[in-house]
Amino acid sequence: MILDDFLVRAALAGVGVALAAAPLGCFVVWRRMAFFGDATAHAAILGVALSLVLSTSIFAGVLVVSLLMALIVSLLNGKGYAMDTLLGVMAHSALAFGLVAVSFVSGIRIDLMAYLFGDILAVGKVDLAIIWGGAALVVALMGWRWSRLLTSTLNTDLAHASGIDPRREQLILTLSLAVVVAVALKVVGVLLIAALLLIPAAAARPFSRTPEAMALLAAAIGTASTLGGLQAAYWFDTPTGPTIVSLAATLFALSSLAAHLRLKASRALASAGGRH
Amino acid sequence: MTLLTIEHLDVALGGQRILEEVHLTLERGEIVTIVGPNGSGKTTLLRSIIGSLPPSRGSISKAPGLTIGYVPQRLHLDATLPMTVSRLMGLPRRHSAREIEQALARAGVTEHANRQVSDLSGGQFQRVLLARALLESPGLLILDEATQGLDHRGTADFYRQLEQVRQELGCGVLMVSHELHVVMRTSDRVICLNRSICCAGTPERVAASPEYRAMFGHDSQDALALYRHHHAPTPLELSS
Repeated sequence: MILDDFLVRAALAGVGVALAAAPLGCFVVWRRMAFFGDATAHAAILGVALSLVLSTSIFAGVLVVSLLMALIVSLLNGKGYAMDTLLGVMAHSALAFGLVAVSFVSGIRIDLMAYLFGDILAVGKVDLAIIWGGAALVVALMGWRWSRLLTSTLNTDLAHASGIDPRREQLILTLSLAVVVAVALKVVGVLLIAALLLIPAAAARPFSRTPEAMALLAAAIGTASTLGGLQAAYWFDTPTGPTIVSLAATLFALSSLAAHLRLKASRALASAGGRH
Repeated sequence: MTLLTIEHLDVALGGQRILEEVHLTLERGEIVTIVGPNGSGKTTLLRSIIGSLPPSRGSISKAPGLTIGYVPQRLHLDATLPMTVSRLMGLPRRHSAREIEQALARAGVTEHANRQVSDLSGGQFQRVLLARALLESPGLLILDEATQGLDHRGTADFYRQLEQVRQELGCGVLMVSHELHVVMRTSDRVICLNRSICCAGTPERVAASPEYRAMFGHDSQDALALYRHHHAPTPLELSS
């Protein structure tokens, strides 16, 4: 069967995460939630430690801790704290506590690197089912709430006037973020999950005229980075997760450069047109 | 038909009481304007009505099934969010391309349909926002200094359109404005707000009230002069 090939499983896992990360990543960019994504992702390592201690499934542990982290940050939002400071404290202390907690788990050999940077080549059939289940859930949720999410992102007063509760939409994004973190853990690890959310969306921005176009383009860039990164990691014998993110970052750099050149060209054209 | 009834409304923001004991009713087809100095709670009142701010006391009741069209004072669009004018018109509910075109035509901005919202001038953006609010055929239109950034001509067009919309849709209009002379001309009722309502009534009555004059000083004299001027019969009318 085709799923018996570990490379096929890896590719499918990566594409699943990239597809779910694309629309969510766009909202992370639009709403300036990058640090929020980081905090949620870093808390995941605490989830790993807890699930090892309690010998539950890693996925469940990570999901619960990420959800808790996301909810705490959501609750504290708008309570008069400086958000970037608060998130910085939460993100890194969650990571530190997680790493300390993992060291207490004796008797079990843990490949910490696998959780920090992911281990996409070790994705099994059950992992694949969880990843695609989680990704499908997030994509469906985004599709269902899309207009309401967009209106809330545009302006909370406009949302209220149309009978939309922006806090509920924020909660939906928060929950989706926790799910994506939980399913992406195996693919890119906690340190690079935020990169997978942000970079494809940011790379898609200069070539998008509508929010929908940006989400679709981000999905394409994320998918290309995942498949290309897998291939490149195989050729150069490099760690897979970081290679995927490196490729995405390269695409982002190219996209920014192209946008810059296009702007210069249009300015030159405009000034040439003005002289005649 | 009464669209909106506000009773004993208090609103506090960050422990500070912004509105106190506000009473207000708005009927169908009525244009009511709120005037008042900076920080007097005008925007807070509008935001309470749309449901953005919870009242700390009192009640705001709306007619059942009332749809609200809202044009905010300022709308900052994040540079990371790509948005064409026609896409913005379809948020949160999609409309047919024809409906959007008609709405943009009414606001006089048809040629901008495919432009990025971030490329519009302040006045163009304001018209687009009004067109968007009108697309839902609102029962109540709420405008927060909607003519900010419009030039003299644009402002005149804007109020003409407002009058037309009121006749077509029969909606109530509640707005905040600083342009006293226009307010006096276009409103059925004026409400003078400074934390609580200090005077209210027909434009002429409000303009003549001592509270209003104390609040706006010389401006109020000018506005009243303009108002009277506008309503004075022309020589032609006198002779006929």
